[in-house]
Amino acid sequence: MSASQGEFPQSDGMHPPLETGAKVPLMAIRDLKVHFRSRDSSWSQVLGAGPQSGEVKAVDGVTIDIYEGETLGLVGESGCGKTTLGRAILRLTEPTSGSVLYRGTDLAHLSGRALREQRRHLQVIFQDPYASLNPRMTVGQIVGEPLYTFGLARGKVAEQRVQELLETVGLSRRFIKRYPHEFSGGQRQRIGLARALAVEPEFLVADEPISALDVSIQAQIMNLLQRLQAEKNLTYLFISHDLRAIRHISDRVAVMYLGKLVEIAEARRIYEEPLMPYTKALISAVPVPDPEIEATRERIVLTGDVPSPINPPTGCRFHTRCPYSIEACKEVVPPLVEIKTNHFAACIRISPEEPDIERVAPGDAPGLRSVERMTAR
Amino acid sequence: MGCGMPSTHKCERSNDKVEARNGTLLEVHDLRTYFETEDGVVKAVDGINFQLKRGETLGIVGESGSGKSVTNLSLIRLIPDPPGKIVSGEVLFAGQDLLLLSAEEIRKVRGRRIAMIFQDPMTSLNPFMKISRQLMEMTQLHLGHTKQQAYEHAIKMLETVGIPEPRRRAGDYPDEFSGGMRQRVMIAMALSCRPELLIADEPTTALDVTIQAQILELIKKLKHETGTSVILITHDLGVVAGMTDHLIVMYAGKVFEQAPTRELFAKPGNPYTKGLLRSVPDPTDEHGQLYQIPGLPPDVAHLPSGCPFAPRCDYEQEICHSEFPPFVQLNSEHYSLCHFAQEVYFESASAATGVKES
Repeated sequence: MSASQGEFPQSDGMHPPLETGAKVPLMAIRDLKVHFRSRDSSWSQVLGAGPQSGEVKAVDGVTIDIYEGETLGLVGESGCGKTTLGRAILRLTEPTSGSVLYRGTDLAHLSGRALREQRRHLQVIFQDPYASLNPRMTVGQIVGEPLYTFGLARGKVAEQRVQELLETVGLSRRFIKRYPHEFSGGQRQRIGLARALAVEPEFLVADEPISALDVSIQAQIMNLLQRLQAEKNLTYLFISHDLRAIRHISDRVAVMYLGKLVEIAEARRIYEEPLMPYTKALISAVPVPDPEIEATRERIVLTGDVPSPINPPTGCRFHTRCPYSIEACKEVVPPLVEIKTNHFAACIRISPEEPDIERVAPGDAPGLRSVERMTAR
Repeated sequence: MGCGMPSTHKCERSNDKVEARNGTLLEVHDLRTYFETEDGVVKAVDGINFQLKRGETLGIVGESGSGKSVTNLSLIRLIPDPPGKIVSGEVLFAGQDLLLLSAEEIRKVRGRRIAMIFQDPMTSLNPFMKISRQLMEMTQLHLGHTKQQAYEHAIKMLETVGIPEPRRRAGDYPDEFSGGMRQRVMIAMALSCRPELLIADEPTTALDVTIQAQILELIKKLKHETGTSVILITHDLGVVAGMTDHLIVMYAGKVFEQAPTRELFAKPGNPYTKGLLRSVPDPTDEHGQLYQIPGLPPDVAHLPSGCPFAPRCDYEQEICHSEFPPFVQLNSEHYSLCHFAQEVYFESASAATGVKES
């Protein structure tokens, strides 16, 4: 984050805000759960199965802090609950239990007007820029709507503000009378961003904001997000399955698997020394745009699919695919432990004394060794 | 379908047919596919040339609208007409021009000798048919298998692509499979007649990273075992880096650069390719500002005169706006469509050696 160097020492990229004791988080998420009842749950009750059987534990006890001015990357595969977590923080999806403390106010338990009040500070941009803009509204109406909703501006002032917002996100003022269909994916994502910024939020959830865009446009949007963060001291929760993008934009990264966080660390450290076996596999699976590396490195190919969150595996949810799993992994739910300073991982086989699973279980999964080789280059 | 090229090219072509036996499987000459739209004629693919040797993998990289998918639909004549039309070119597949075949004849090539897998396996599988029947249909139709033979073959194929318990799963419907498993079924179907060419259009784009790794390994392994040639279309430079021997970079319906994969990554000779490579975040890099190609991909219905990339290009000069760039040969198999190809190539080459020395 070169743009923010000096201005915001708490997020200068090299030393992300990790001094947990010293700082008050902007968002403190505590044991957040979102459980959905799956459609056939009434049937399973009729048939005598337990009341839990039809539940999808999309988010199952997530605790994490998000600090002011930082970008927290949230990464995981489809169905891991990353989008649900992002939505639950903003109360776009009702949490089942737990709390989301935003500057000390618990968003999870606010109602009606009080919640709306807080929403002004919390905004979201979505993956699909084609589905998230009303096709019957002009760009001016789309970007201006939040101003009216929150009573921040009206008439000429509002129009002026909309034009400024469009320029902030790199669009021409002249676009104000046009409709979304006249724009490309990247431009629509900019419009969505202008709408989110209209209310001058502090916190922005970006849910796969670049996944639907072309490579050359992805870089533009990422740079724009970084510039805006530096200018406006925004805090981002950046959700993506794209590990390269996450690595690039995040100060810290949280890895999610089947509703649980399994590893949290500074972005660079997650890539250079992933601790949890799932993170190791995930990082090794990312194709590197360099034929020389691709030709020599061994990729850890995990067997099997992500299990269904309706009936997640017992104990460590990754044990069914983990090359290192032992009997105990089937029974013990691993807690997130601070294995190294500010580097948390959920795996019972590693500990602060012996953080390297390779040394704990030599020979269990020889393929994993290549990860270090690849990332250490 | 006349190709409209000078007669000297015709002479060269008879030699190509000899080459076909010696290793060239596919040769595309001056292929042009245009679409009639309300906006005018869209030249989705506009005069591209390339060849593919037996057993090799060719990657086609490009952004949306670059013409990479239209190219491949043109090869197997799946362009909806109207509005689309292959207006010129030759597609020599094992010496035979596919564009001259009758509808009946091309149907025998599709699926049998050239197979395809697409991005979204759900749209390519019939949701109302058991997997086994869909697989059996292939060999019953193309190889004349009896029901029993076809069933056994289907089971064998499912096993080959790594579907656990193939006999049990064969009776399932597509929606009972996960995304990765469906893509495996698609691959099983595509390879069941042992095609000479497999066209994979964004085969892993809809899949998760760990599943993508599985599918890519599978394609690699099967390619190795069967000797099938592969055309891999993708927007992901990481995917092509590990999978392909040769690369084509497309932009606005044209081939902008063409080279062996390693050479192209190490020494790009086109400003667009160079920009693309630089705009991918490097996982080993500290996160500073990312290089970005300015502007938007062009509207293919209204291309600027001169080079279509000129409005976004770092190297752009006056000539780029007035004259269409030449296709410059930079190395034995390396070509670039640019007025300044030599400069760009030289710059990349010296940067590449510089990195190695440091």
